[in-house]
Amino acid sequence: MSSKKDPDNPKKPRPAFSRRSFIQGVGVGTGALGSGLLETVAHTAPTDGKFAGPGVVPITLRINGKPINLSVEPRVTLIDALRNSLDSTGAKKVCDRATCGACTVIMDGKVVYSCTVLAIDAQGKDIQTIEGISQNGKLHPVSVAFVNNDAQQCGYCTPGFVMAVKGFLDKHPHPTMDDVEKGLGGNLCRCGTYVGVRKAALEAAKEMRGGRNA
Amino acid sequence: MQAFEYASPTTLQEALGLLGKSWGDTDVLAGGTDLISLMKEYLATPKRLVNIKGIKELGGIQNSKTGLRIGSTATVEELLENADVRKTFPAFTDAARGISSPQIRNMGTVGGDLCQRPRCWYYRQGFGLLATQDGKSLVPEGENKYHAILGNSGPAYFVSASSFGPALVALNAKVRLVSSSGHRDVPAARFFVTPQNEKARETALLPNEILTEIMVPQEGTKNATYEVRQKEALDWPLAAASVALKMKGSTVSSARIVLGHVAPTPWVAEKAQEALAGKAVTPETAEEVAKAAVADATPLSQNVYKVQLARVAVKRALLEAMRARA
Repeated sequence: MSSKKDPDNPKKPRPAFSRRSFIQGVGVGTGALGSGLLETVAHTAPTDGKFAGPGVVPITLRINGKPINLSVEPRVTLIDALRNSLDSTGAKKVCDRATCGACTVIMDGKVVYSCTVLAIDAQGKDIQTIEGISQNGKLHPVSVAFVNNDAQQCGYCTPGFVMAVKGFLDKHPHPTMDDVEKGLGGNLCRCGTYVGVRKAALEAAKEMRGGRNA
Repeated sequence: MQAFEYASPTTLQEALGLLGKSWGDTDVLAGGTDLISLMKEYLATPKRLVNIKGIKELGGIQNSKTGLRIGSTATVEELLENADVRKTFPAFTDAARGISSPQIRNMGTVGGDLCQRPRCWYYRQGFGLLATQDGKSLVPEGENKYHAILGNSGPAYFVSASSFGPALVALNAKVRLVSSSGHRDVPAARFFVTPQNEKARETALLPNEILTEIMVPQEGTKNATYEVRQKEALDWPLAAASVALKMKGSTVSSARIVLGHVAPTPWVAEKAQEALAGKAVTPETAEEVAKAAVADATPLSQNVYKVQLARVAVKRALLEAMRARA
């Protein structure tokens, strides 16, 4: 079922069919990676040299500490580059209009909506995604606190919420419940798990301070 | 999103040289929190996009004896966190706090807040800026609960979406617009305009110009912004008011009272300003002045409630301005 690469055996063939591998396969062949298959494929037309695109251009993104080269059209957003070109599907594409927070990633230490950042504009930034926050196979304290506090139901908002909580706690290590409510205002959960998320944020804050109530 | 060519110049001159003569040629990208959504909806279909975030001189916030300078690409979060601004121009801090998603505050810029397009749902659904069909606006007889209650004799019924606009007007700020042939410093009150036809825009910015900075004079006012909103986060205010009061002892020698989100531009409430001059701000005078601020309101079929909200916004902004801030 999973289309994720097996970390122990990267050469292991993928399952015979998944929606993701199908879309990717088509994308590779046409150069339409990440731009949506129904859109007209733009071809690189050299202009006066001051502009890049509108066809695919090579870019480098630094994701979870690793520089990654890829080719995208300038119109491709960071979320589409992550999900469609890099198979990094933790960040979720939900509203796609900078409103719901499911696509939240941390860029240069700040939470942003990756649906509303152009991938080409994210070059030179330090991009942290949900895939990059666990250390040595150990869940990040925020993820642990989400489990402990039942802070998810369907789970679709969870990766964005975890990143929003992490970004918030990195900046506000001693939050009150009121701070948490305001600080997480950029993320929506349609299952209504807010109470659990807020409790998780407070628990994670304590844990990240080293378990002290300092 | 329609494909486009992309440039990320590092100097203003270079960026200006890349702009086109008409809308639709080249759009300027800063935070992108509005533009990228507009492009996804094909409401903006620029052939070229010029990212101005790499131009250092357009960033930063500096407060000096002569005035406050806000670079157009300073983010909303930078403005919110600036201690000088909080001390001298809390009207901006209040407005920045109202932009209530951390992600939007981290990405969105102050210049972008001024240049964002209206949130009118007719406009956002592709009915055009003035929402006209067969020569007639759809708004007066349509779904108008979030539309204008002042300055709404047509053809525009949308409300200015800018959170900082009312504070800029109240604080006598100027906006610098630069083209390759020079610059002009436009008073905030004249930067926002009510479009008279579908081709016109809601700001004075021309397609070959870049908004580079905002200049706010030090006038020693007591100032504040108060917003009334439906939701605490991820929403624009239903009504807002920014006030800037010049004091003589405990009385107001002159007042600037500007309403937001109730008209196609930030709306100067002249009657309210007159009503407050020479008086001390008490709960009673605030109430009286607030009534004067909405005396001329002409609500549409579904937005009578906004008159009350605007009145409350003025009253609370006045009382907030007088409160000592931490």
